[in-house]
Formats: sequence, structure tokens, C-alpha cells
Amino acid sequence: MRVITEKKISEAVESLVLSANHYLPYDALKALKEAAENEKSKKAKGILYKIVENHKLAKKGVYPLCQDTGIAVVFAEIGSGITIDGDIYAAINKGVETGYKKGGLRKSTANPVTRGNTGTNTPAIIHIALVKGSGLKLSLMAKGAGAENKSALKMLSPADGEEGIIEFVIDTVRKAGASACPPFVVGAGIGGNFETAPLLAKKALLRDIGDKNTRDKNAARLEKILLEKINSLNIGPLGFGGKTTALAVKVETHACHIASLPVAVNIQCHSARHKTITI
Amino acid sequence: MKKVTAPLTQDIIEELKTGDEVLISGVIYTMRDAAHARVADMLKKGQKPPFNLKNQIVYYCGPTPAKEGNVIGSCGPTTSSRMDSYTPLLLEHGLKGMIGKGERSVAVKDAITKHRAVYFSALGGLGAEYARHVLSSEIIAFPELGPEAIYRLEVKDFYAIVINDAEGNDFFVMNKYN
Repeated sequence: MRVITEKKISEAVESLVLSANHYLPYDALKALKEAAENEKSKKAKGILYKIVENHKLAKKGVYPLCQDTGIAVVFAEIGSGITIDGDIYAAINKGVETGYKKGGLRKSTANPVTRGNTGTNTPAIIHIALVKGSGLKLSLMAKGAGAENKSALKMLSPADGEEGIIEFVIDTVRKAGASACPPFVVGAGIGGNFETAPLLAKKALLRDIGDKNTRDKNAARLEKILLEKINSLNIGPLGFGGKTTALAVKVETHACHIASLPVAVNIQCHSARHKTITI
Repeated sequence: MKKVTAPLTQDIIEELKTGDEVLISGVIYTMRDAAHARVADMLKKGQKPPFNLKNQIVYYCGPTPAKEGNVIGSCGPTTSSRMDSYTPLLLEHGLKGMIGKGERSVAVKDAITKHRAVYFSALGGLGAEYARHVLSSEIIAFPELGPEAIYRLEVKDFYAIVINDAEGNDFFVMNKYN
């Protein structure tokens, strides 16, 4: 059985921290460029080109894309054909710590009550899943607070139905407004329960901007409806008006209790920093 | 694009209208959550704040550390609404301008009109771009707060948009998505 060491995991996570904070994913950058070309509003167009320009500066490796270099969220998928030699949580946290240190990135992780900074940008938020295969897939998001703070969970009633789902998602995006740094990627988790829906919404943000949900045709249909509605809100890039309020909406679903309809909306700002590696 | 010098003068403020795009040059001070809490506490106790607030602009920003040979790290704006509970008090003590991102509370907007001040939005998520417009940076208070310390920044052609002008106009209300 293949053995993956703590050191190997830490090094991989460190590289993800550094690259995620300096390079936008290719699909996100492409979507921003297309939006800039398609915007009619002069202000909106100008702002979108400035966002693209900011990426050009950041990728030189000196200045990160945003000063909010985020709390680190790591999804690890452990293949059944490998063995982790050591503590995967410790290994991930070590990689986060050294990545933020070496990159001169801002440490934005604090005690929730005393507000004292932990000084290392750890502990990271870590989600682990066991999957088939013989690799370890690590996805890291540098998740800023501006958009995260505007995310929401609501336990709807089944009677609220599709209309209620749409209304809650749109309302959340409207409230997110300018301060959450649009254009957004909107992740929506529908179903499951109190903890599943937000996790679905978060995972949805890792999907490619251009893809659509192929596992659930209702989710794919909702993605299209929601994107059209969001882009008619006239929030626009950074809230200054325009038709580009979201680059994409990603919906993930899970079966839920007959009496429940949980819906979670996770807002991702235009600086959609995430990166995946498989070792 | 209007040129604005910092610290502000009342004449400059009176000329600024909601929706104006401006380039700010001069001296501004960073302050975010923790620094606001401390300065508000000092003001309530009758103590002098770490810098004279009169006519100054504060910038809601917690930069990344400067790399060797650089003046500052990435330095875009943070969400202004978190500072709402402190802002009227700072305006009472002579502050005239704020730069951040997003909407303000009714109490802040009223205080802006009352004190004839101005609130600007910078462009969120453009931290690398803004770093190019900072000529010098110096921590003047609360270094133990790390990114939340107060930095005195000398800026040149710092891009922002007027959101709330002294007349009580609000860009986001006019833009009608709220």
C-alpha cells in the first residue's frame, strides 16, 4: 500500500497556500475577462478590467491578490489505496502555517471570544472524506471574511418549495451587496440537514465556473434560473451597478427529512481563490 | 476624475458628490475593528487618540506584511459596516472622511450629513493594485495588533468613489438594489 508522509502533505498544502493567494483559477479569470467584454456599463467594465489587472500584479508573487488572505479551508479526499503515515490534521496545519509565513500573507485567524490572533493562520478548517482510489486529493480555499460573513443558512418549510428556495438565495445575494465584493460565485446547498447544506454550498464553490450540475437536473435548472435573476439585480461589479453580479451559481443537493428544507448560500467574492492538487 | 488631497478641507468635501470617482493623494490612516474599539475607548475616557482626527481620512484596511524592499503589502479595503458603531463618535471628534467598502448604517449616514463629512468606497479585492499607490507606510499605534495596527500611509492617486456625500446622498440607495 502506498504511504504518504506528513511531510509530503505539509509541502503540498504549503504550495497550495502560496499559489491560491497569487493566482486566480483559470476558469475564474476567463469568466472575469468575458464579463468585462460583455458589460455595457462603463464603470462596471472599468472595474472588471481593474480586477484582471490586479491579477497580473499578484501573479508576480510579491503582492497577494487581496489583503484578506483568508482563513484556510482544506478538503482532503483520502483514497482507500493509501496509508497516511502520521496525523493528517497536523500535517495540513503545518503546511498552512509555513505557507502563510513564507508567503508573507496576512494571519487572519483569531480566538472567537477574546479575538486574540493565533499568529499562524491555524487551525485551518479541515474536511476529510474517504474515497476510492490511490491518491490524496487536497483542495485549499483562501476564504476571505467579506463574502463569508454574508453567507446564510435557513431552515425553510417544505411548503416554501422551489419558490422559497429561489427567494432565499436571491435575498441573500441582495443583502451581500457591495461589501461582499461582487461579482460572486454563489454556492447553494439545498437539502440534507443543518450541517450538510452549508457544506454542500461550500463544496459547490470548488466547481469549475463553466460546468453545470450533471448529477441532478433540477440543480442544473436552478443554477440557470438563479444566475439570470441575480444578474438582473443591478448590483454589478463591487456594487457599482451593471449586469455582472455573479459569474456563476453552483447548486448541490442532498435528500432531506420529509419535514425539512434546509438551504445554505455561501458567497464567494470575485477573488475566488482555491487550488487543488493530488499526491 | 476629481483630485482630492488628504487631510481634507471643508472646501474639498463640499465639492464632492455621490458617484464621483476620485484620486486621493496625501496622508491617510488605516483603522479597522480592533483599532476602532481602542480609539473609541480612549475618546470616551477623554484621552487623546494616537493621531489628531481633525480633517483626517481613515481607511478601513488591514494590509498584508510588507516584503523586504517594499513599502507595504496588499492593501485593499475591508467591510465598512463593522465600523458603524464607532464612526459617529469619531466624526464628532473631527474625522472628515472614511474609505472602505459597502453600505453604512442610518446612524453613520446621519452623522456624515451632520458633520458634513464624506464616505468613499475603494475597490474590494484589489489589494495588489492599491499597494502601488502607497508611497510610504509607518505604524503609529498598536503594533501588537499586527494587521489591525494603525498605519500612517502616504498615498498617491488612490482610486475611490464617493458613496455618501455631505448633502446626504447615498450611491447605493440611488442605485436601487437595496
